Formats: sequence, C-alpha cells, structure tokens
Amino acid sequence: MNALNRKRVRGLSVHLILMLGVLISVFPFYWIIVMATNTSQDIYRFPPKLWVGSNLLTNLQHLFDKMDFFGSLLNTVIVAVCTTLLVLFFDSLAAFAFAKYDFPAKKFLFGLLLSMYILPTQLAIIPQYEIMVQLGWLGTLKALVVPAAANAFGIFWMRQYTSTGVPDELLDAARIEGAGFFRLYWHVVLPCVRPALAFLGIYTFITAWNDYILPLVMLVNPDRLTLQVALAQLYAGHSTDYSMVMSGVLLAVIPLVLVFTFFARGFIADATKGALQ
Amino acid sequence: MARYWPQYLAISPYYLIFSVFMLFPVIYTVYLSFQKWDGIGDMQFVGFQQFRYLWDDPVFWLSVRNTLVIWVLSTVPMLFLALVLAVLVNSTRRFTALYRVALFIPSITSLVAIAIFFGAIFSNNFGLINAILKGLHLGAVPWMSNEWTIKLVIAALMTWQWTGYNAIIYLAGLQAIPSELYEAARMDGAGPVRIFFSITIPLLRPIILFTVVISTVTGLQSFTEPQVLFGSDAATNPNSGGPGQAGLTTLLYFYHQAFDNNDFGYAAAIVWAFFLLILLIVLINWRLVQRKERRP
Repeated sequence: MNALNRKRVRGLSVHLILMLGVLISVFPFYWIIVMATNTSQDIYRFPPKLWVGSNLLTNLQHLFDKMDFFGSLLNTVIVAVCTTLLVLFFDSLAAFAFAKYDFPAKKFLFGLLLSMYILPTQLAIIPQYEIMVQLGWLGTLKALVVPAAANAFGIFWMRQYTSTGVPDELLDAARIEGAGFFRLYWHVVLPCVRPALAFLGIYTFITAWNDYILPLVMLVNPDRLTLQVALAQLYAGHSTDYSMVMSGVLLAVIPLVLVFTFFARGFIADATKGALQ
Repeated sequence: MARYWPQYLAISPYYLIFSVFMLFPVIYTVYLSFQKWDGIGDMQFVGFQQFRYLWDDPVFWLSVRNTLVIWVLSTVPMLFLALVLAVLVNSTRRFTALYRVALFIPSITSLVAIAIFFGAIFSNNFGLINAILKGLHLGAVPWMSNEWTIKLVIAALMTWQWTGYNAIIYLAGLQAIPSELYEAARMDGAGPVRIFFSITIPLLRPIILFTVVISTVTGLQSFTEPQVLFGSDAATNPNSGGPGQAGLTTLLYFYHQAFDNNDFGYAAAIVWAFFLLILLIVLINWRLVQRKERRP
C-alpha cells in the first residue's frame, strides 16, 4: 500500500513538472492573445490585465492603418505556396532518379548535395543580392522563391522514402507496359510517396512562411514586404503600441499554430525521423 | 550517356538553381573577401588587408564574444532541460501526445513573432516581467539596456524556442532503447541514477552528438533575435545590437557591414572568418563527445 502511494506521488510530480513545461511552451501564445485583445494602457497598468479583453477590433483597425497587412499576407502566401510546390516537384523527381536508377557520376552528385547541406546561407547572400540586381529581380517575390526551390534536405528525405516506399515490382510491371521515366514518376512514384510529400510540404511551407533574412535583404521596395519583415519594421517603428503590434503577430502566428496542431502527430514523428537518420 | 537523359533532366533543376544561387555565390564570397567594394564602383584587390583589419577590429571581436556568450547561455540549459523533459515524458504513459505537441510548437513558431513577444514582456518600462517584479516589491531590471541582461533575454528566447524540439529528439532516442536492458539492470540491483548514467546516456550518445552539433550551428548563427529586438535605434546607428552593442552577434555585424555600410568586401571577410570559427567549434565539440565514448 505504501509503495503504491509512493509510486502515485512520483507519477503525479512527473506530470506536474511536465505540465509546467507545457505552460511555459504555450504561455507566449496566450499572452499574445491577451495583449492583442486589450488596450496598451490595460497592459501597462499595474497589476496588468491577465485575461482576454474586447479591444481586438480597434487594435486591428490601428494595425491596418499602419501597415498593408493583407498585401503582406498575400505576398507571404504566394512565396510559401510557390516555394512549397517547386520543392515538392523538384525534390520528389530528383529523389526518384537517385533512389531507383544508376547513372554516371551519381555518387559524386549525391555526395556534393550532402556536403553542401552544411553551408550556411549567409555565406552566399551578398553575391545572391548582386545576382538579383543583375536579373532585375530585386524587390520581387522571385528573388525569394527561386533560391529556396533548391532544397538538399528535401531530396535526401524523399530519396530515403522512395527507395523503400516504392516497390520495385510495381515499377517493373509499369515498365513492361512501356512506361518511361516520367510516366513512372507521375503514375507510380507520386501516389506511393504521398506521406513523405505531406511532411516535406508542411515543413517547407512553415520554413518559407517564417523566413526573415532573405526577404529582409531582397525586398528593398517597401510596398512588397512579407509578413515577418513588415511586422519587425512595425515593431521597430511603433515599439510602445504593443497591443497593435501584437494583433498583427496574432494574425501571423495563430493560423500556422492551428494548422500545425492539426497535422502535429504525423509531422512530429516524421521530423524526428529526419533528425535520427 | 544518352540513355540517362531522363535522370539527368530530373536532377537538373536542383543543381542548376544550387549552382547559380549557392555554389557560385559561396565561391564568389571568397573572392570578394580579398576586394574592396561598395557594391556600385569598381572592385579593388587588397589581398589580405580585410582580414588584417578584421584581426584588429575590436567590434568584430566584441561580436564574436557576444555570440559565444549567448550560445553558451542558451545551449547548456537547453540541452539539459531537454534531456530532463524527455526522460520524464518517457517515464509516463498518459498525456504523452499533448506533451509532444506542446513542446514542439515553439520550434515551428516564427522567430520574428517570438522576438517581438520577448521585446514586449522584457521591455524596461512596460514589460510584464518588470510589472511582476514591481508587484513583488523587487526592483525593476533594465533588461533591454544592461550588457548582461540583453544577452540573457536573447539566450532565454533561444532556450524557449528549441528546448522542446531537442526533448522530442531525445524522446525518440529513448524509445529506441530496448526495455530488456533496463529490466536486466534493475535485476542486477542498479538504481535509477546508476541506470541513467550507465545505460541511458551511453546509448543516447549519437543523438546527443546530433543535438550538440545542430544547436552549435544554429545557436552561433543567431541574427534575427537581436536584429528584431534592437532594430528600433535604427535612425542613428542601424543594426548595432542595442545599448553597448551587447546584442551585436557576428552575423548581425556582418549584415550591418554589408547592407548598412555597403562594405561588401569586409562583410565577406567577416562571414568567412566566422564560418571557419563555427567549423572549428563544431569539430571541438565532436571530438569532446566522441572521446567520452571511448573512455568507459
């Protein structure tokens, strides 16, 4: 009986500590909501208001007066969607070639891909900027989408999945019926690798949505900003009207968190798999 | 060769984009680091002059010191807490799905949003933290203007964002350890502490190595945190890293030299010197963790 009680107490304290961790993890989202729905005065006051208020619409009104929120949102959506589609297409196609075919210099090319994976993007950013100037892409969304379309991690990830997830018998059967490389890719490989594409898609979308340094450098024309850059500039410019800034942060962060929570289970399992490979 | 054209065509988009926007620029950055160039006029070859200047540049060394301090202040508690959380989640069967999702959420959240959030709650005059301190009759702390607290705030931000991610990675590693090993150890009379240090840690070592390398590479590249937090004194000295330049990380200094001062040659020298420093630290870390493996 005593031992059972001790076990129960230990189990309870484990959950207490973990719940504290959960609380710290989600507190910022709660506090962003609190700040976004109250007036700045209510938050500066002591003791501050700790509960959701009714001032969200006014804060949003101020936000929309200060920045072109929907323009920025549209830019962000375009960049994230285009990047994701290109990465999914290019990477699954390249992964199919690497996983199921032998061709000259394959080992070298794949090794190059892996070794370049460690190069930080900052090493390339000044010449990238100059290239965009030369191409006339500076200030356009192309300058963000095109460089991000080359994703070494995605090819590596898709290759792992394609080599085990696409049965060779299925490929051979389709070959006998006369299907070539691209027909095989479209009709056999794509349906088989859908689960891996789902993770890569969400991952690429989140990364593109949250990217900061590339849009900061490339989007020099102020009416074509992405959300992250626009919010950072808003914060720098009006740093004391936190409620207004936070209403923008709320609109930029909460949808992503909700989508993530919806897909979380498979996503986390895949993300750890990617890390343990 | 001709019969391989579909395969080469399939992989060509990646290599084309990669060569134009990554490989060529990285090599060109090396070339740039030996030039003096403001982005518009002619380039002027100056040999190692940029690197010599770098060696004597107190601001560069200040930025390296800042980066290292922030990295240590964030990585050590981050990996320690992550291991504790992972062991705790692994020891229980209830609510594990909730724990995983809640712990993972910070790592998918935009750094800009979280930097703004930290800026708001640590604000000297209006922040929640100082309001609580005042409520407890403790003095307010000038978080955003003191040399050390600036680093603490940035480190806390990084710890908040990545602890849960590392915990989930550790958890995956813990679950791969066969339970028979634990049972056998318990039969031999080993206590929980002994089991932790003799079984859990050694078997988790490759994963610990992975998290150490990843946290080193990402932690040393901190840029967005100080850039967003201290962007507001932009009019006079943009991207200077806040009061006393206490939040000036090396990448922020690089960005400042390149895109505020248009000193592209010097910025190229900074970023290459810094990349070599990161490589050196990763190698040292690698050796340290590897060596421990040989000892027992």
